[in-house]
Amino acid sequence: MNSGPTSTGRTAPASADEASHLVGTVRVKRGLADMLRGGVIMDVVTPEQAKIAEDAGAVAVMALERVPADIRRDGGVARMSDPAMIEGIQAAVTIPVMAKARIGHFGEAQVLEALDVDYIDESEVLTPADETHHIDKWAFTVPFVCGATNLGEALRRISEGACLIRSKGEAGTGNIVEAVRHLRSITGDIAKVTQADSAELFDWAKQLQSPLGLVQEIAETGRLPVPLFCAGGIATPADASLVCQLGAEAVFVGSGIFKSEDPGPRAEAIVEATTHYRDASVVAKVSRGLGSAMPGLEMEGLETKLADRGW
Amino acid sequence: MAVSNSQSLIGVVALQGAAAEHVAAFRRVGARAVEVRVPAELDGVDAVALPGGESTTMSHLLRTSGLFDALSARLADGMPAFGTCAGMILLAAEVLDGRPDQRCFGAIDISVRRNAFGRQVASFEASLATQGLDEPFHAVFIRAPWVERAGDGVEVLAEIRPAANSTGRDVHAPVPVLCRSGPILVSSFHPELTADDRIHQIFLDMVGASSTC
Repeated sequence: MNSGPTSTGRTAPASADEASHLVGTVRVKRGLADMLRGGVIMDVVTPEQAKIAEDAGAVAVMALERVPADIRRDGGVARMSDPAMIEGIQAAVTIPVMAKARIGHFGEAQVLEALDVDYIDESEVLTPADETHHIDKWAFTVPFVCGATNLGEALRRISEGACLIRSKGEAGTGNIVEAVRHLRSITGDIAKVTQADSAELFDWAKQLQSPLGLVQEIAETGRLPVPLFCAGGIATPADASLVCQLGAEAVFVGSGIFKSEDPGPRAEAIVEATTHYRDASVVAKVSRGLGSAMPGLEMEGLETKLADRGW
Repeated sequence: MAVSNSQSLIGVVALQGAAAEHVAAFRRVGARAVEVRVPAELDGVDAVALPGGESTTMSHLLRTSGLFDALSARLADGMPAFGTCAGMILLAAEVLDGRPDQRCFGAIDISVRRNAFGRQVASFEASLATQGLDEPFHAVFIRAPWVERAGDGVEVLAEIRPAANSTGRDVHAPVPVLCRSGPILVSSFHPELTADDRIHQIFLDMVGASSTC
């Protein structure tokens, strides 16, 4: 279990009979992340897209106004989505609905919690609201997912209450290179921490700028205390297979589906590849005839690297 | 053929969701367990567990993998099955608030309402008095379904009073959340998410009983 506070639980507003129902505990927050493992979470901007995602076998959808590729193209300040738009998507599907808040913008997060979203993504894809602080996620009943480019960043987010970590990648590019870099960095450092002796763990905590308790826990368990998913640049079934083999337990696909030529079949193929990533013959079968993937971007040509947002 | 618990091979359907936790729980109580993703992996399996996850996703993947028909045939032959949360939905006879194309096995005569306790902010933990267990079971409910109708011959092993804000329902009426019928065991909650393996042991005892008769 998480080495942070063991429970932020409070009792659900209900009659005395239900006084024993504990909501918002680490176990129930992390529990939903556990239920999403092996699945694909898809960015959607309309109820129609949400239906296509659910039809294709998505485990959850991320409701937002513009996919990262469009945010990148349009520029300007990217904010939380219109509540009406989120509610439209909640009404359209039966699977969990996530939504994004700006880094540090606990006001947006409070609104999203009031809307009963199932997970909040405190996301670098939106324009940060606070250049020093992330949201104190322990203060919420709704669980949070946060991005990370390396192990230290992941552990800082977990210490703030994140119950799910996604490697950031570089959203809106259709280029997997940054996702691979971030995943390898996180899992590589976890492997090194497990080899360190107890005295070296103090230095690891210093280097990673992370709580010692979490570093010691990783040394013992060899894994993050919360699930590790992957985001940012997944555009093909083989991309999903690659990141799952590198240690991602589920994948977020942003622009990769609805910026491709034929979203439905591509969404379905990425779902299949995520389940059967160990079996290349399945990945080969589902990769056939999908039309063109989203047009990709080279890292050198980017004006803004979204992954640099977060502290 | 008599097979003791320690020799039973449990196939955990691992298309999506918390399959690894079931594998670990079964191994802790002395059973062998393997992950199952394609029909061939059902060979040699004595019983199956269907884990928590998204039932619509699993329903989709059961169809595309060919596992739906393979599992249906084995369940019709009386193979024991344990379903938790999404797994309970898949084993049910009827799904309420599901997708129209959602498929279920009809292995146990219950009607299950999806996400009946509410969205994630209503997910909860609670102590559950459970038939056959001396001490209550600490149960974790995640966007959980409940059993709205349990048919004749379905044994209700545990029930809980929903919180007042759950989907329209007489708040005073407890709903079944752990049911057994013949070789099928289903729970609304996630015994695989806690270190308490007593419900996995109940299922293993059922598997042992079914293989000796």
